[in-house]
Amino acid sequence: METSPHQVWTLAEQTGGKLKPISFELLHWGRTLADKLRTPLASIVIGSGVEDEEFHKLIAHGADEVYSLQDPRLSSFVCETYARILCSLIQSHRPAVFLGGATTTGRTLLPYVAVKVHTGLTADCTGLDIEEGTGNLLQTRPAIGGNIMATIKTPNHRPQMATVRPRSRKPLCPDLSRRGRIHRIPIDDQMIDPRVQVLGVERVETDGTVLDSAEKVVAGGKGLRKGENFTLIQGLAQDLGAAVGASREAVDRGWISYPHQVGLSGRTISPRVYIAVGISGSIQHLAGIKSSETIVAINSDPTAPIFQVADFGIVGDLFQVIPVIRRHLQERKEKQEHGCG
Amino acid sequence: MRIVVPIKQVPDTAKVKLDPETGTMIRSEADAVTNPLDLYALEAALRLKETYGGKITVLSMGPKSCFRMLKEALAMGCDEAFLLSDKAFAGADTWATSYTLATAIRKSLEYDLVLTGERATDGDTGQVGPGIAAWLDIPVATYVSRIRTFDGKRFEVARLTEEGYQWVSIPTPCVLTVVKEIAIPRLPTLKGILRARSQEIPTKTKESFPFQVEYLGLKGSPTRVVKIETPQIARQGKKIVVKNEEDLTMAATEFLRFLEERNLY
Repeated sequence: METSPHQVWTLAEQTGGKLKPISFELLHWGRTLADKLRTPLASIVIGSGVEDEEFHKLIAHGADEVYSLQDPRLSSFVCETYARILCSLIQSHRPAVFLGGATTTGRTLLPYVAVKVHTGLTADCTGLDIEEGTGNLLQTRPAIGGNIMATIKTPNHRPQMATVRPRSRKPLCPDLSRRGRIHRIPIDDQMIDPRVQVLGVERVETDGTVLDSAEKVVAGGKGLRKGENFTLIQGLAQDLGAAVGASREAVDRGWISYPHQVGLSGRTISPRVYIAVGISGSIQHLAGIKSSETIVAINSDPTAPIFQVADFGIVGDLFQVIPVIRRHLQERKEKQEHGCG
Repeated sequence: MRIVVPIKQVPDTAKVKLDPETGTMIRSEADAVTNPLDLYALEAALRLKETYGGKITVLSMGPKSCFRMLKEALAMGCDEAFLLSDKAFAGADTWATSYTLATAIRKSLEYDLVLTGERATDGDTGQVGPGIAAWLDIPVATYVSRIRTFDGKRFEVARLTEEGYQWVSIPTPCVLTVVKEIAIPRLPTLKGILRARSQEIPTKTKESFPFQVEYLGLKGSPTRVVKIETPQIARQGKKIVVKNEEDLTMAATEFLRFLEERNLY
């Protein structure tokens, strides 16, 4: 008898042998689904030099099994090779659900794999559940610039695949008493696609935090009036330990580089707090921030659309407001440093 | 260099208004434009053609209203265009869309490079570019922000990732999906518009290529939309209006309290 598709799988991501936060966030989603389906949860780690300690972290965060595929040739993401490995794993183990992060890796690799294994894939999900009765995966995602939420099913193909927006769920608290199995799968030359070669990675200064996975984002827009005023945004971001974002207007004026752009033609992000400074909030911009947990707006125009979506707003001149906020932050920091806070 | 650029028609978000009650887009059928992110793929194609010579073919899958968008691509300087339009293609998800486009490309064109935008601003999936590569069984580099060299056989390109720029060497034929950083799209020239006016844009149907009909359209799509909801975006936020020094101090204090209450500071 043919075994029926069963396990829930998540794709771990690593850089330099260390697992990225998305790996653990996916396990939280995966754990919920696996519990509802009463099936094991497995995490797939493709990379180089990832040590056992990292696999144990995956288990502590909810994985029952870890499939490890390690080789120096797998250290940096190459779609064709990673896809070859995943397709062969999927064909031999037939998972019911396969989740990846809606990251540059996941959003490249999963569509490639979905075509190869002939199954459906839903992009950038912010909600996942199991349909009662059928056991089908219900995949919810924002569409048309976040103006609608669509729920999507893959009824007749397996695995049911989805990419999941980073930060859409926090990792579970690690439970060090959890036990799991680690499968080390040897890599042979057949699994390596020689066509694309990685030449190197040029790290970009990202003001300490990367936008996509940042918990806090401070973003600046047209209201800053001049490029050099962007230092106000960078300063506040630094004080708060936040990443720096920008509206399209600010990027188009050359005040800051494109990787910082938030909105329909930039990044779609879900930080715990998004602080919009001098950003009026066009539909395109709002589309990129709607799934933020909280939104703070600082703008001199009380009719700016950004206030409609803000949980907290300051109607005022940003050139007055930001320095005062920074001064308050500085005072608190000094108090704490002197131990009398 | 023989370049293929698949493009998509999307609602024009610049023209739509936000419904103040529901927070949803109010749009009319007429306001359809080329997916703004596809313009970067068109520009990248035109620049490669200017440097290396060759031909650019633009194609789209969609209703007849896509002709206007394809004419614009020709007016920008692309050489030829065709439209895949058939009831059988309707309702396709990204799997079926990439199958349809890839099949049309494979069966009708000689190509070195397929260039696409990062994603379309309506569906927002970014899955069709890598999907086409998988169907054509050629390599793909996504989020390409720079094309550094082409030696006749391989490109050196930079991919914009979370860690920075990943530089890869990728052989032709391949798929590159590009981000906004690649180049600033040009506008059609008057000469281009006049030339495009007389150019014919053939329509291809499900009979035009040896499609496996069970892979087309809604029927061929592994995914199904089961529910659509319009979320309320309006949040009942607290708003402080700063009129004087006192307000300013209060605003800063309240701001910090807001963050503190949520463990954000």
